[in-house]
Amino acid sequence: MNYQNLTALDMGIAASLILINGALSLLLRLGLGRQLLWAAVRTVVQLLAIGYLLGWVFEFAYWYVVLPLMCAMTLIAGLSAAGRGRRTYRGQRVDSILSVWGSSWLVTAVGLFAVIRIHPWYEPQYAIPILGMILGNTLTGVSLGIERMTQELTSGRNTIEMILALGGSRWEAAQEAIRQAVRAGMIPTLNQMTVVGIVSLPGMMTGQVLAGESPVDAVRYQIVIMFLIAASSALGTVGAVLLTYRRLFSTHHRFLRDRLQER
Amino acid sequence: MSALIETRALTRVDERRQVALLEPTDFTLNSADRVSITGSSGSGKSVFLRALALLDAPTSGQILWNGQPVANAEIPHYRSHISYLSQRPALLEGTVQDNLRFPFSLKTLRKRRFDLQAVTTLLGHAGKTADFLHKNAGDLSGGEAQVVALIRTLQLNPEVLLLDEPTAALDPTSSRDVEALIDAWFAGDTSRAFIWVSHDLDQAQRMSAVHLQMSAGVLSAVAQP
Repeated sequence: MNYQNLTALDMGIAASLILINGALSLLLRLGLGRQLLWAAVRTVVQLLAIGYLLGWVFEFAYWYVVLPLMCAMTLIAGLSAAGRGRRTYRGQRVDSILSVWGSSWLVTAVGLFAVIRIHPWYEPQYAIPILGMILGNTLTGVSLGIERMTQELTSGRNTIEMILALGGSRWEAAQEAIRQAVRAGMIPTLNQMTVVGIVSLPGMMTGQVLAGESPVDAVRYQIVIMFLIAASSALGTVGAVLLTYRRLFSTHHRFLRDRLQER
Repeated sequence: MSALIETRALTRVDERRQVALLEPTDFTLNSADRVSITGSSGSGKSVFLRALALLDAPTSGQILWNGQPVANAEIPHYRSHISYLSQRPALLEGTVQDNLRFPFSLKTLRKRRFDLQAVTTLLGHAGKTADFLHKNAGDLSGGEAQVVALIRTLQLNPEVLLLDEPTAALDPTSSRDVEALIDAWFAGDTSRAFIWVSHDLDQAQRMSAVHLQMSAGVLSAVAQP
């Protein structure tokens, strides 16, 4: 490889930059000292751990090693998407995992089989980072979508019941909340797509360039990834919002507002 | 005289707290009935009314409409005939007219048309002129908003009105407007009927012929003075 390898000393120098944050915290009495230390330790430990784990997985490139890892990543993404937001309902975790799982695996499959066409499909060098990037963004979309949906349903309760009382169906009553929630879930991806390359250079592309890839080739990959991300987070958001809708509106065209609970 | 709505041993239990909100209730609303229900807050008046509007699921018992239970797919249709009006009027963004046109965008009511003439007549009962139609819904007072919400419902010519303290938060003038509108609607057809839930005993006496009382989830008759 034609790039500079980093030694432990190099990482130590970079890590010492956290002292700047520490000094600021002391100076401004932010009281963040412990949290900073904890965050720094987590960064190092988690990344080293995943580095060794991936190193190991790359050596044993069998589907029965890669697939469980992909499942674990997806499950964690689904669970952390469910863990946000002020309100929840019974079954939110299941909805969140289902929508993250369905959308990210569908889109990753398209990416691996139809676009990149690698053999075997579970080649960890491709499958894991691509799924990871898709999951990270889908998770944001899903959690924002569910959060906005529950918020709209809480604040719009009177309007929803008014529509039902006039003879509207449950779909007509929920439509506005669904629309707002899907929009909220898709905005981060849309923002990212409009500024990519101008304001931000995505990590993957930067990584490929650092590793010696020509920027033009790196950009092609990035374009593909952006579209995969956009598709998956849109699908995931819509899925999550519709699942929430099904939980909170009964087939009797009732709004089951009691199911919404503050966390 | 025919039964419009009937309940048979209708109950509702708050599942989370395991408290009975409505004890088994048998009740019949006939055409031309003017019923009022009074009682303290939390006694179950709203619970009963919302159950009749099918907005909340009863725990047990039956609700019959013209002698038949209402199938799921029929519920929106039922609600366009048995209209529930809440204490807090919910208006959408836009003008008064936009709000009055809104119901006709719903699938159940799509075959019907907004009738400006009818709406203007209704506005007249509440002492409002046609200019009122172009006011922004966000600029209305609480009383005006309730008048709009009521006209939005009344223009659909419902069979039954389920009024959940529609005047509880209103000034006396707006309360009278609301009462006048409901009187005019009731006089419009002999088959109509309403249930009026109220805190105000005078209003209940004035507006209704049958006076019921709700206490701890039990609905009972009040002796007429």
